[in-house]
Amino acid sequence: MPVTQEALDAVALSREEYALLVQQLGREPNEVELGMFGSLWSEHCGYKNSKPLLRLFPTGGDRVLTRAGAENAGAIDIGDGLCIVMKVESHNHPSAIEPYEGAATGVGGIVRDIFAMGAYPIAILDSLRFGPLSSAQNRYLFNGVVAGVGGYGNCLGIPNVGGEVFFSTGYDGNPLVNAMCVGLAETSKLVSARARGIGNPLLLVGADTGRDGIHGASGLASRTDPEARFEEMRPAVQVGNPFMEKLLMEACYELASEHGDWIVGLQDLGAAGLTSSIVECCAKGGVGALLDLDQVPRREDGMTPYEVMLSESQERMIVIAKREHAADVAALFARWELHCNEIGEVTEGREVVISSEGVEVARVPVDIATEPPEYTRVGVAPAYLADLNSFDLSALPDIDPGDATAALLSMLARPNVASRRGVYRQYDQQVLNNTVVAPGGDAAVLRIAGTTRGIALATDCNARVCYLDPYVGGALAVAEAARNVVCTGASPVAVTDCLNFGDPTRLDVYFQMSQAVHGISEACSVFDTPVVSGNVSLFNQTGDRPIYPTPVIGILGLIEDVSHRLQAGFTHPGCDVWLLGSSVEQPAASLAASEYLESEHGLVAGCPSVDLQAEARLQRLILRAHDESLLQSAHDCSEGGLAVTLAESAMLGGAGFEGFVEVTGRLDAGLFGEAAGRIVVSVVPDIFRQGGGSGRMGDLARSAGVPAVRIGRTNDSGAFRFGPIDATIPDLIEAWESLVRGEVPASIR
Amino acid sequence: MRFAIIRFPGTWSDRDTHHVLHTVLGQQADILWHRETDLSAYDAVVLPGGFSYGDFLRCGAIARFSPVMEEVVRVAKKGVPVIGICNGFQVLCESGLLPGALMRNDSLQFRCEWTHLRREGGNTPWASKLSTGDVIRVPISHGEGNYFADVETRERLEDDGRVIFRYCDGSGLVTPESNPNGSVGNIAGIINAKGNVLGMMPHPERAGETLTGGTDGNILWQSVIESSLTMVV
Repeated sequence: MPVTQEALDAVALSREEYALLVQQLGREPNEVELGMFGSLWSEHCGYKNSKPLLRLFPTGGDRVLTRAGAENAGAIDIGDGLCIVMKVESHNHPSAIEPYEGAATGVGGIVRDIFAMGAYPIAILDSLRFGPLSSAQNRYLFNGVVAGVGGYGNCLGIPNVGGEVFFSTGYDGNPLVNAMCVGLAETSKLVSARARGIGNPLLLVGADTGRDGIHGASGLASRTDPEARFEEMRPAVQVGNPFMEKLLMEACYELASEHGDWIVGLQDLGAAGLTSSIVECCAKGGVGALLDLDQVPRREDGMTPYEVMLSESQERMIVIAKREHAADVAALFARWELHCNEIGEVTEGREVVISSEGVEVARVPVDIATEPPEYTRVGVAPAYLADLNSFDLSALPDIDPGDATAALLSMLARPNVASRRGVYRQYDQQVLNNTVVAPGGDAAVLRIAGTTRGIALATDCNARVCYLDPYVGGALAVAEAARNVVCTGASPVAVTDCLNFGDPTRLDVYFQMSQAVHGISEACSVFDTPVVSGNVSLFNQTGDRPIYPTPVIGILGLIEDVSHRLQAGFTHPGCDVWLLGSSVEQPAASLAASEYLESEHGLVAGCPSVDLQAEARLQRLILRAHDESLLQSAHDCSEGGLAVTLAESAMLGGAGFEGFVEVTGRLDAGLFGEAAGRIVVSVVPDIFRQGGGSGRMGDLARSAGVPAVRIGRTNDSGAFRFGPIDATIPDLIEAWESLVRGEVPASIR
Repeated sequence: MRFAIIRFPGTWSDRDTHHVLHTVLGQQADILWHRETDLSAYDAVVLPGGFSYGDFLRCGAIARFSPVMEEVVRVAKKGVPVIGICNGFQVLCESGLLPGALMRNDSLQFRCEWTHLRREGGNTPWASKLSTGDVIRVPISHGEGNYFADVETRERLEDDGRVIFRYCDGSGLVTPESNPNGSVGNIAGIINAKGNVLGMMPHPERAGETLTGGTDGNILWQSVIESSLTMVV
């Protein structure tokens, strides 16, 4: 019987893909098999549209302990026999439909990826994007997502230490919820996701299996919604139980760290549930499996084999145990008051065979299932680009000096610039007692307990830049993430990425994705930060309007001595303040993709640029100056430009600032332009440092080939003056805390 | 001194408390699963923060029936110092060792931030090294820390000097702005009639080292250690 279009639509396979599947199988798949192949060949599980591009990433390095894509997350050696395990993942589509549960289970999923490696999760970061807050629907999504991220992570006892929130019409109707998790493990105790050892039992641990989340991978995450029918798909969103996950996390960590010899592998159940976890760990181990679905504990009666295999019920893991230790493993989970059921065993033959009520219901060759067709396209630059890139920014009227103070205050109150305290105070930032620098600065810093080391973590992506030039945007996301950790005194060592794009079958979207990947690859080579893990989220669009291309970069930096770290605030009066990386005077072109341009002129236009070699020189300079204990503070100059950066440093540290250079040239560009590759530092006063402070800063910058200007000095007057700007720190804070007070500023045009 | 740190299913401040007591302050400390029924070997008991039983039903309402709680009540009645922090405070209220209840924060949101606490009230081994009016800086992290008790109970608590900590500003002034969760009378921590049982929402175990934000919380542990020495002498 030929397959119906309806059946193919249900699993999001094309006719051509179905024909290929039949050819490879040598027969028509049955209903259960079709559901399984549909999920595994979806973009979400199979990366069929992105895999050829992902191969461009530099993935190797002395510190990298995992092969990219081969495990649940990437592991990086940090010395002393310890490693950091990290990954970022999206939960965009579920969050668009049910923001609290969508975001909560996004956190739950990424945390499972980390403890599946045998690591203990020590930090969460969340990178969020929404449409403008002027819309009630966007406010609902924003509040719900933040509550969900907090609700799940807080209950687990994992601190949320950083991330981003960005608002733009580019995300109207399609918010982005990317969550990153970072874990710590003894390198010798890392666990693989491979099934091995013929006859070894497959143990399903954690929650019971219900009808929730069926078709999450193929239905929600791997297609667009031309008629905005996602509302009807709310049942495809899972409901989280962080309490169950907490027990599962503790039990799995105890198993891996104390009884690693009892098991051969650990695998979480995420997208496509049992289907993907069993098939993928068999593929990685080069084995097959025999599954008896009657052994899967159910939440409800009457579930079909199809539903059991595709359920995305949360808080479940597969343990591949050594046969002789199956009872030990079960006893360990029982002590944590968790179920542990043997649902099958490892077999020879690279085939997953599934039975239910004594009847074989599916037979899936793992190689066919895990090798979906790959699509490579030749992208075409989006039609909007030429006009926006050639827009003459110098034709825009400059700001009047008399309006500069008001302009700064209004910039500070903008949702994209304002303090995020209203968000992160809803997250536990301290539990586990490692948080040295909490959210609010450029990057978070955690100590590695039992050592003198620390790690710095940040996420970054400037989507306006990506929209105007995806190559520059991809490169800049890496450069800026690296700059963020450098501003804490850390050396960047590795990245993880979450590629959020629209429908990849559209050539303009494919162009964005391909350019961004090339930009990321180039930057990762320059900064020597391999991509160790990641995730792709495509089909992010509402109707025919794709989201801004948004390749989010999560970065890990290392600090040898965590007691010697940098922070972003002007904490001491009497320090010279330097702008490193450029002069104060800026051309109109530096307004490209800026927050000021969008807020003041309603434009997302211009031609953003990045100079990776100059970035690298700048970052080396900061680390060198910090090594010499020259710096009191360092703060990345990004959204909002120089004036906002200076104001943030003053507010964060409490010291005032008095500029002593003129802002020459265009005032708007000098104050609010967003040229890349700049850092503002305050330097230890000459009298407190042998050989002087500022003089040495100038010498170091000269020999590093980095432009440097001494632009002012910190003071204890509470005043903030720069060029024509004259304000007080309380004025600045009043404006900056707009979002904390829950005010919704005027709409983004 | 030997501390028992109780781990309910869902507890997460157990390791932090152990770190501060053992690694920072050099005390003996054991993390005990909630099925433990004998605490006679311990000089003090800590019910740490977290989401015991996922806060299902009501914060602390299920943990209060955990096997260990009968023993906690027994040693508390004997006069052994017991501290309930955050979720531990909620468990103490649910188990009747302390009066009142913790309601949802008035913001209806979870709050994690540093707060200032002013020492008030009478004697307790948990704050013996603090004098009335002393201010310490300790973080909170909770969604349901809004302390409430009826007027009669509150008057009794105030009259008997059983309010030990109140949220205040940096200078020690008790103001509405310094109240992070809507607690009646800015109450952050209370003791039982004997003074050996303290319940508080803020987390002293998170203020144990300069590197992670401050050491003000250690004064509580140092107080109980010193008090126990005095008791032995």
